[in-house]
Amino acid sequence: MRRVFAAVGAALLCASGGAASPPPGVDQAVVESDAMPAKLSAFGLFRGNDPQTPSTGIGYTLRAPLFSDYTDKHRFISIPAGKKAKVAADGVIEFPVGTVLVKSFGWSDVNDGRPVETRLLIRRAGGWTALPYIWDADGKDATLALGGRRVPVTFKSPDGETHSIRYAVPNKNQCKECHSLAGEIVPIGPKARNFILDPAASDTLRSLYFENPAALKPTMPVWDDPKSGSVATRARAYLDVNCAHCHNPAGSASNSGLFLRWTDDPAGVNYGIGKRPTAAGRGSGGMDFAIAPGDPAHSFLIYRLESTDPGIAMPEVGRSTVHKEGAALLRQWIAEMPKASH
Amino acid sequence: MRFHGLRHAATLCIVAVLAASPAAAKVISVSATTPDANEKLQEALILAQPGDTVQLGAGVWKLTDGLSLDVANVTVRGAGAGEGGSILDFIGQQGAGEGLLVTSDDVFLTEFAVLNTKGDGIKSKGADRIVYHKLRVEWTAGPKETNGAYGIYPVESTDVLIDSVFVRGASDAGIYVGQSKNIVVRDSIATENVAGIEIENSYDADVHDNIATKNTGGILVFDLPSLPMQGGHNVRVFENIVNDNSTANFAPKGNIVASVPTGTGVLVMANRNVEIFDNVFADNGTANVMIVGYRYEHKDPKYQPLPRAIVVRGNQHGKAGYAPKFPGGDMIAAAMGGSIPPVLWDGAGDAIVLDKVGVLSLNLPDVKTPQSEAKPSPADLSKGTPPAALPVIKLPDAMEAKVR
Repeated sequence: MRRVFAAVGAALLCASGGAASPPPGVDQAVVESDAMPAKLSAFGLFRGNDPQTPSTGIGYTLRAPLFSDYTDKHRFISIPAGKKAKVAADGVIEFPVGTVLVKSFGWSDVNDGRPVETRLLIRRAGGWTALPYIWDADGKDATLALGGRRVPVTFKSPDGETHSIRYAVPNKNQCKECHSLAGEIVPIGPKARNFILDPAASDTLRSLYFENPAALKPTMPVWDDPKSGSVATRARAYLDVNCAHCHNPAGSASNSGLFLRWTDDPAGVNYGIGKRPTAAGRGSGGMDFAIAPGDPAHSFLIYRLESTDPGIAMPEVGRSTVHKEGAALLRQWIAEMPKASH
Repeated sequence: MRFHGLRHAATLCIVAVLAASPAAAKVISVSATTPDANEKLQEALILAQPGDTVQLGAGVWKLTDGLSLDVANVTVRGAGAGEGGSILDFIGQQGAGEGLLVTSDDVFLTEFAVLNTKGDGIKSKGADRIVYHKLRVEWTAGPKETNGAYGIYPVESTDVLIDSVFVRGASDAGIYVGQSKNIVVRDSIATENVAGIEIENSYDADVHDNIATKNTGGILVFDLPSLPMQGGHNVRVFENIVNDNSTANFAPKGNIVASVPTGTGVLVMANRNVEIFDNVFADNGTANVMIVGYRYEHKDPKYQPLPRAIVVRGNQHGKAGYAPKFPGGDMIAAAMGGSIPPVLWDGAGDAIVLDKVGVLSLNLPDVKTPQSEAKPSPADLSKGTPPAALPVIKLPDAMEAKVR
């Protein structure tokens, strides 16, 4: 990650230093057209098509990221020259037309750390478009995979366990299943409460991309840092990022009546406390409630998080392994709830 | 009884060719035997433009990942739902909660089969004016708790037509319509599911000319609490054959259908204005018609747990009530000479039964009273004045034209 930030800084320095030939940059004509280029290089987002050297933009991370099979995610934002993003009063970050959110996925022990795939979320005049690209075997460019693909990989998770999975690069529709609000595509992570701009970026750089960078004050705890918040608040941050993109009244799981946003009442039945299964099928695991306070072993929310069976597992897309550390946090949260009547 | 879906089978392909379509509309054909068929088919579903048809080749498609369609006004057409047709087999499924997910309006699905999905078969969400026609969704090993939950599963949609489909083996409901409005389910067969056909938290539905047989419960009309859309009402269940619903309940525990007693014909729970008429009932061991309140604890102040204004009339009743599978049912049957009457009411809410058959009331008007305190007795529900008959459900002409 540090390398990415350094490269961004270098590229910027180079551009502002009046170098004789500026590096080839982002092709805004392609970004803002309706095109779905077959090759990622058509966008000019990377220098020399090296996924570790963005040709422009500013890096960011998230306090609580969406779990995707233990991938390391390298994220940056490309915003066209002269335009800026703005943090709205409700903390939603508004990006101008021509913005590209770039997210590369990989593992440090797969392909020497080169990413397996890069996903683009492009703000076009008609709204956001999601495009998935898979890096070619020679690592020189990435190819559009509209229909998604399964890529066999073997990697070690932080606890040292080796996983051999058929990692699912999502298809274009699956991008939308998660990134959808009332039928329109929207970014998930970039909300002020969860968003960390590259800490190495200077104030000048921040102001170059954000109208009001001071408004980027993350309020959510870091899900795996006990110093940043209680078990309950960290569990809620985890649920917000990993579940609430579907589990909200305008999301893909609206019909479930289970709503897990940071802003939802964590004591309510719609947060899962004493909530009976709806359309859960085998996902109920023979249990009566999504969350049985004090009893994680009888909370089917945990059962679904700890499964990789497609008929049971939650989230429904984006995961072929169990996020043990995330599940452990939620188990602890439920175990510490007083056993109340439900 | 009329099964016009079957009657029109011969003319279907002619209609398909002549159907008026915009000049630019094209047919995107995908072959079952193409390498990477899963990815190619998904690409076709993404690249289709409104008006296009995605044509599924004949053969068995071995699919590992769920498919999805998010483009409006697209037809997905196969070469048939039976042997030799277009068979999408998900036995090796590795991802996605269903076989096919539709999230766009005006979609027409016809003439293919979806088999052995790990989760639901075909789901459509927020997909208005969807037409499911001549489809088969099946778990081919028959009833098993490890089967997916719903076969055909439209939810949060307005104007839904399910016509001439066959669903078998769903561990929840074969045909499940949830949180939707203006619905027709007709000329279809649901067999060996836990619930054959279920209309849940929905308004304005006609369920007619179907066969619901060998399920745990044939046809269910439910309303449940704590959901975005509730207050289910205006459902007509008529001219169906509902018989021999004798499959032992195989739903995963916790789900509401896991509580449906084996041998249930039609079950109405916590809905208002439901008409059950001109059906043919036979061989439902618990009851041909059951009318009950929602008797579970809940914390939803807006929820109405009682069945209200339920009308039962003009039905033919074969043998029923000889093996009642609700708690204490066997003792009541023994006390009544071996079987209970074909209509069973828990005593909550109100219903009118004009069929000339017996009604057994459990006399539990308060849904908070546990069922163990039932005081069963025969009841006469023929005296009240039925509410005005519900109107026929009318779907937009363009939907009906697709299946003509």
